[in-house]
Amino acid sequence: MKPLAVTAYTVTSAAGHGRAAHLDALRAERTGLASQAFEDATLPCWIGAVARLESVALPRALAAFDCRNNRLAELTLAADGFLEAVARARARYGAARIGVFVGTSTSGVRQTEVAYRERRAAASAALPDWFDYRTTQSTYSIADYTRARLGLDGVTAAISAACASSAKVFASAARSIECGFCDAAVVGGVDSLCLTTLYGFNALQLVSADICRPADAERKGLSLGEAGGYALLERDPAGGAFACLGAGESSDAHHMSQPRPDGAGAALAMRRALGAHALERVSYINLHGTATPANDSAEDTAVTAVFGTTVPCSSTKGWTGHTLGAAGIVEAAISLLVLESGFLPRSLNTRTKDPKLTADVLLASRTATVDCVLSNSFGFGGTNCALLFGRAP
Amino acid sequence: MRCALKAFGIAAPGLPGQAAARSVLAGAAPYLPADETPYAPVLLPPNERRRATAAVRQAFRAAEDAVAGLEPGTLASVFASSDADMAVLNRICTALAEPVRLISPTDFHNSVHNAASGYWSIAVQAMAPTTTIAAYDASFVAGLLEAAALTRDLEEDILLVAYDAVAPAPLFDARPLTLNASVALVLARDAGAPGTLSIESGGESETPCANAALEPLRRGNPALRALPLLELVAAGRAGRVTLRGTGDSRVTLEFAP
Repeated sequence: MKPLAVTAYTVTSAAGHGRAAHLDALRAERTGLASQAFEDATLPCWIGAVARLESVALPRALAAFDCRNNRLAELTLAADGFLEAVARARARYGAARIGVFVGTSTSGVRQTEVAYRERRAAASAALPDWFDYRTTQSTYSIADYTRARLGLDGVTAAISAACASSAKVFASAARSIECGFCDAAVVGGVDSLCLTTLYGFNALQLVSADICRPADAERKGLSLGEAGGYALLERDPAGGAFACLGAGESSDAHHMSQPRPDGAGAALAMRRALGAHALERVSYINLHGTATPANDSAEDTAVTAVFGTTVPCSSTKGWTGHTLGAAGIVEAAISLLVLESGFLPRSLNTRTKDPKLTADVLLASRTATVDCVLSNSFGFGGTNCALLFGRAP
Repeated sequence: MRCALKAFGIAAPGLPGQAAARSVLAGAAPYLPADETPYAPVLLPPNERRRATAAVRQAFRAAEDAVAGLEPGTLASVFASSDADMAVLNRICTALAEPVRLISPTDFHNSVHNAASGYWSIAVQAMAPTTTIAAYDASFVAGLLEAAALTRDLEEDILLVAYDAVAPAPLFDARPLTLNASVALVLARDAGAPGTLSIESGGESETPCANAALEPLRRGNPALRALPLLELVAAGRAGRVTLRGTGDSRVTLEFAP
């Protein structure tokens, strides 16, 4: 793909509100995860909840969109001058020429869970009157909220490909710009805590009672988190500007909820993201690294197949938890922070590296000269996406 | 931009497959409402066939219709659906409202919006990219833009599958889609047979179906916003179709056989 300038970006997760808070948490090795309950869930686990979400208010004109997921979007958009950056772009390109691509896995399903609970308590056949499917539960709600909140009217879509959703938004935006459907794009992802994913991953025996420990010999599974992130992408980056240099997508064609053990689909996505860029340029890989036994093992096989065993890599889910449909944009933002700062974060909570893993998983953070960063995201349905970030030539 | 439209598939009440539906879509035969018939996807391996939900089977029905005679494993794909499987959503939210919350692991993996795309890539053993798009009532056109853009991006031809399924109670009142339906297109780079599709943003009012009897179908399921286009394709007739896009936008398609 042609490089796209990342002219603004922001991220909000349990690790903090905005870029500076994330870099600070990374440097201080301060996790956002806590051993706490979500709502009245009774599962023993750690979660990455975003603070103060309950008190976030949406603009009055968009009140119908009110739900946990759109509140998280609102809070996310408010950091790092992102609203202002988009307003300037809107003045430059026109509202109809800026596309909006937002990833999510569960959108506003928390609202539907509450509606069903009230229905049961009231012994009612119908859902409560306040329930608004289109503006909350609908997968598209988060993209429509983002579009309306930013005052944009370009091509808009929610991309919902499980945990690869908000990595794939970069690929879709790049294509749309290349075809002239838009001149610039806001990409992002937002996923919020809900009982569906908590009890769902638990039913698959993928939730760890302990804090998640990516790449650890005794890793037991993931910790769930919630997060939002956005980036503004524009064509023809100036030389040296931070840019998305590649986006590679592939399918495992193997299993609905298990990765291909040979990592072939993941490796294909990484090779496609590299494209014509020399793999020696990759200074750090942000792993998908969910801390489930199967994911970390298959990803290690894939990374080693493409890069050998010497490229420093880590999963940052020890800070944020697995934020599902937001994981792609959160880790894209962390990759950009790594590019800017030269700070390579360690694999947090990893005590003893699994001896069967051969990639160079960082057990201590360090600084380095960073040329390019690769970020991996893989999802249910066997969908894979890798992104390459660096400076534009 | 423009791309080749190589094939299409359709599955809706009274329009059970492109071969059977062609004369109705072309205006050469009247539309006769009919009950839906059950469908078992042919391409799904037995394990996945057992687990696939009604919405996934609905997606497969048009997809298998469109790829007949092609090598489906060589295609990249885009799945466009407003609501994926609301029956699964209903089961999960019902279970989560109970004092003891037990949700089925199969329901959970089927709850992802990209379930159909995952089953498809497994069924046809395609490692090519697949994307899943949602844009509420504009899901067909949003999927079409993504699929058309992919023809420029990839070497592979692109399968677009738009599908949605009727919600069970109590969700039906909140999202009243009136019929199950799916539409599939196979798109390729540049121009070709049976026709070429040009896509541009803008346009005025939405184009209704040429056959007024098909209007309730077009309005009853987001996938069937494709019907006015399919009427042109089936008739081999050149023409323009304007679709409502997201927000206040419009997208105009021009079909040339």
